[in-house]
Amino acid sequence: MTIKVLGTGCPNCKKLYDNTKKAIEMGQIPATIYKVEDVKEIMKYKVMTTPVLVVDEKVILKGKVPSPEDILKTLFNEMLNKNKG
Amino acid sequence: MQIFTWFADYVAYNLLHLEKGRHLTNAIHFFIEDTSKIFFLLLVIIFIITYIRSYLTPEKVRSILVKKGKNVYFAHLLADLVGIITPFCSCSAVPLFIGFVEAGVPLGVTFTYLIAAPTVNEVALVLLYGLFGWEIAGIYILSGEVIAFFGGIIIGALKLEKYIEGYVYENVSTEVDLEVEDVKITFKERVKESFNYTINLIKKIGIWVIIGIGMASGMHGWAPTGFLAQIAGPNNPFAVLVAVLVGIPLYSNAAGMIPVVSELIRLGVPIGTALAFMMSVTAVSLPETILLRQVIKPPLIAIFLGIVTLSIIFTGYLFNFLIP
Repeated sequence: MTIKVLGTGCPNCKKLYDNTKKAIEMGQIPATIYKVEDVKEIMKYKVMTTPVLVVDEKVILKGKVPSPEDILKTLFNEMLNKNKG
Repeated sequence: MQIFTWFADYVAYNLLHLEKGRHLTNAIHFFIEDTSKIFFLLLVIIFIITYIRSYLTPEKVRSILVKKGKNVYFAHLLADLVGIITPFCSCSAVPLFIGFVEAGVPLGVTFTYLIAAPTVNEVALVLLYGLFGWEIAGIYILSGEVIAFFGGIIIGALKLEKYIEGYVYENVSTEVDLEVEDVKITFKERVKESFNYTINLIKKIGIWVIIGIGMASGMHGWAPTGFLAQIAGPNNPFAVLVAVLVGIPLYSNAAGMIPVVSELIRLGVPIGTALAFMMSVTAVSLPETILLRQVIKPPLIAIFLGIVTLSIIFTGYLFNFLIP
């Protein structure tokens, strides 16, 4: 699983990155996490609010900073959906 | 708001058994009354605004502006009104700007929104309403809206598209999807999310509000009336100018500045000067400006900052003239 956190570098974006890292550790999810700060790169995802969480090139959430527990739930749901499909 | 006076009466005289009429008692009474009132208002008003916001995403705002904004003045008015309640984290300024321009929202309308969103700041609104009542809070909203409306119109009329970084237009296509899919969130989740956001925001700014009210309480009754009125009062023609220049770099501490500003007014600083100071603290954000540099070239940044600063100074003098 490839996870990207998009954000121009404000405190919210850093917090989402940290919380996502914690979620990955908590759930022992096999994932690589990247932080994307380049505006041109961010715009490819057609988003207008940051921070954004992208899982395998799909925008999962934007403009919010959920707790590590909530991110973990979202990640598990994504994995379940993928296995079904 | 009488209930907060009763609450402060109860705590100061019945629980703490303070002697009535002393300076220290007055300061403590003032601190309890203002803190309880402001935290109550912050909780209620930020929650309501956040809840309304959850229905009005930037994607929806963009779609409304493109579809309903055929008439330019109407589009400016729409952008202005929507700016009161929509989210504005300074780090979203750049993606938002590109998203608007991509979809064909005119530059002037985009700027009206960019000015309106941070200028009318809900925390400042709560504090003004709590400390001075609805008239002053209303003046604050109205002047912010007027600045954003005309600021955007001027920028639109100057035809400044050449000062936007080229790559912004590279993506412009008719492909921008304006159909906004309704986010499927239940009422319960919406309420829960709005509540969490409100609590987090209050946690973040709470300490500044308390410090601010604490400083104001300290000044309450002790600071010599007339001293400040002499420096920043109606007789100093440069007061508004200085207030705005001092206010601009103070961006991050907006929440804590306002209780102090309220005390300044009590001590005789004219309302226009105080209002201009507060607006410059909340409206002109240096971090946001630095981020905007990624999409707009320095001349447009200078014009943007210039228009906003001049408008705030003008508002300050206008209100000093109207409400001396």
